[in-house]
Amino acid sequence: MQKIPQWADVVLVPLISLLLAAIISALVIIAIGQDPIEAVKLMVIGALGSTYGWGYTLYYATNFIFTGLAVSVAFHAKLFNIGGEGQAMIGGLGVAIAALYIPWPHWSIALLGCTCSAAIFGALWGYLPAILQAKRGSHIVITTIMFNFIAAGLLNYVLVNVMRPPASMDPATASFPPATHLPTLHDLLMPLGINFSRTTPANITFLIAFLAAVFVWLLIWKTRLGYSIRSFGQSGSAAKYAGINPVKITVITMLISGGLAGMMSINTTMGEAERLILNAPEGAGFIGIAVALMGRSHPLGVVLASLLFGFLYQGGAELAMWMAIPRELIVVIQALVILFTGALDNMVRLPINALLTIIQKSGDAK
Amino acid sequence: MDILNDLITVLNSTLRLSTPLLLACLAGLFSERAGIFDIGLEGKMLCAAFFSGAVAAITGSVWIGLAAGIASSLALSALHGIASITFRGNQLISGVAINFFAAGMTVLVAQSWFKQGGRTPSLTGNGRFNAVELPLAESLKDIPFLGHIYNGLISGHTILVYIALLVVPVTWWILYRTRFGLRLRAVGEAPEAVDTAGISVIHLRFAAVGICGVLCGIAGAYLATGLQAGFVKDMTAGRGYIALAALIFAKWRPWYALMSCLLFGFLQAIALRPDLIEAYLSFKVQVQLLDVLPYILTVIILAGFVGKATPPRAGGEPYVKEQ
Repeated sequence: MQKIPQWADVVLVPLISLLLAAIISALVIIAIGQDPIEAVKLMVIGALGSTYGWGYTLYYATNFIFTGLAVSVAFHAKLFNIGGEGQAMIGGLGVAIAALYIPWPHWSIALLGCTCSAAIFGALWGYLPAILQAKRGSHIVITTIMFNFIAAGLLNYVLVNVMRPPASMDPATASFPPATHLPTLHDLLMPLGINFSRTTPANITFLIAFLAAVFVWLLIWKTRLGYSIRSFGQSGSAAKYAGINPVKITVITMLISGGLAGMMSINTTMGEAERLILNAPEGAGFIGIAVALMGRSHPLGVVLASLLFGFLYQGGAELAMWMAIPRELIVVIQALVILFTGALDNMVRLPINALLTIIQKSGDAK
Repeated sequence: MDILNDLITVLNSTLRLSTPLLLACLAGLFSERAGIFDIGLEGKMLCAAFFSGAVAAITGSVWIGLAAGIASSLALSALHGIASITFRGNQLISGVAINFFAAGMTVLVAQSWFKQGGRTPSLTGNGRFNAVELPLAESLKDIPFLGHIYNGLISGHTILVYIALLVVPVTWWILYRTRFGLRLRAVGEAPEAVDTAGISVIHLRFAAVGICGVLCGIAGAYLATGLQAGFVKDMTAGRGYIALAALIFAKWRPWYALMSCLLFGFLQAIALRPDLIEAYLSFKVQVQLLDVLPYILTVIILAGFVGKATPPRAGGEPYVKEQ
């Protein structure tokens, strides 16, 4: 069997998978008695038709870039990190502790400090599943899922019993001091003469997400560590013979992955809510799986897929508001994307491969 | 007699809470013994819970509801089979996709059909499985101790609880005493050997995935029509994953599966009664800690602190015929 050309692998296969997911999603919308064309129109207008819509789209995309990168890095080492959600929750705890208990003089320093804190907390939450996988062979898929539940319980405890201000009934921390408030896209774009919507939560974290994407690209393809991660992912036994320590690589990869997922919470906790609330990640950790699969675990692909999912997420919110389509539609679309780009990859790939071979042969015959 | 009464109450809910875990665990046992990992137990249960609850609410018959639940779970099983057996896709990713699909789809359809915020109407009468009084339970209840246990613990569950308990010996018998069971175990350990013997690996694996679908269907139906009276969003609450951990704890053996599921059920049962813990152990335990106890135990079990568990050798690997 001939190998599929790279352009087809990178562009054609994901696009067809996406098309299949879109067709089935449309059928789902029809099945619940709604009009898919009207739904798409509403989504496009709601998510891309105004700087308000763009603001939310970019805000959600920022979350997904972080979690998508987190899943991607783990994928390169053939580790399936489903714990992005829990790592992001605990990362939020890191942000809240840093923002509330350290008197930051300026937002830029606060951002740096809180980012480190978020990454460290998220990484620690990825550490235990990693060490259990590497040393005891516990299946990382199940342990990371369990750590999601445990993170939710821990956060619930901390917010209800420890960090909640005495007068408040809400399970949330106090609001962060003004010195930690991040500039929004409105603030950033104003000097450039662009009047971006003031009310959206999109903020400077968006740029950090881009930096994180560049960092992951450099890490995976330009460093010795990245090479080790990829070799370990290709073949654990071969990597071992080449002198790569599997325990070390598993742990380091999961620390990076957990750190990236944790950093997502700067966007939600510091950028948007300006306090830590229950369930701050809102499923972004799981969407990271779809984003990583669609983006073929490449940072550029992850950024593009994140923008797409940011659009879907904001568009889905509009649908929930204006049409009788619940937000869970996004979960269905996410599942379909994971199914087609992940599990049913061969179903899409084999026919394309066959087709390209036929085209090539007829080209040779001429 | 207070201690006995409390104990019976807790063990009674242990039995009820263990039932969905046990059914899902045995479902996973069939699938994994045949070499197909199934993270999607959770999604299949959720889907079955919704369809059994919804159809039981519409038709008023819990048995039609059960059939609908099993059918929906089987449909997802077929999807998992096509993805992981036919197209040799990644079994973990397929399972994850199925879980998300079920989580989203159930709410979407529930909202479209019933418009009650993603739940189904409450079931009453024949719409749900009612308690089965075992013979003589009422008249024997005054006998101290044994009568109490018979009446308060063994009798008075829904039929699905007894079915679940019955599935344990049946599974054991199929797996270890029938030709099908032998082949099923072989296909999870050495599919190439089964293939060489002229038996279809694909048929066997699809059969296993199908049995898994039926059992997950019963588990989900029990959640919505036995344990509770209707479907609510995300009602499986991680039971599919806990069942997988119980399966590993049981080292893929039916009787041990019963034991480990009872243990997890017991943890869930005491999490519902923090007052009893306080009364008997005379210290207060945080409710959040009790809630996550089953998950923590899962991690501890997976960490192998309770003995080494070796999964079926060919588990998770798609089978490619030698050329």
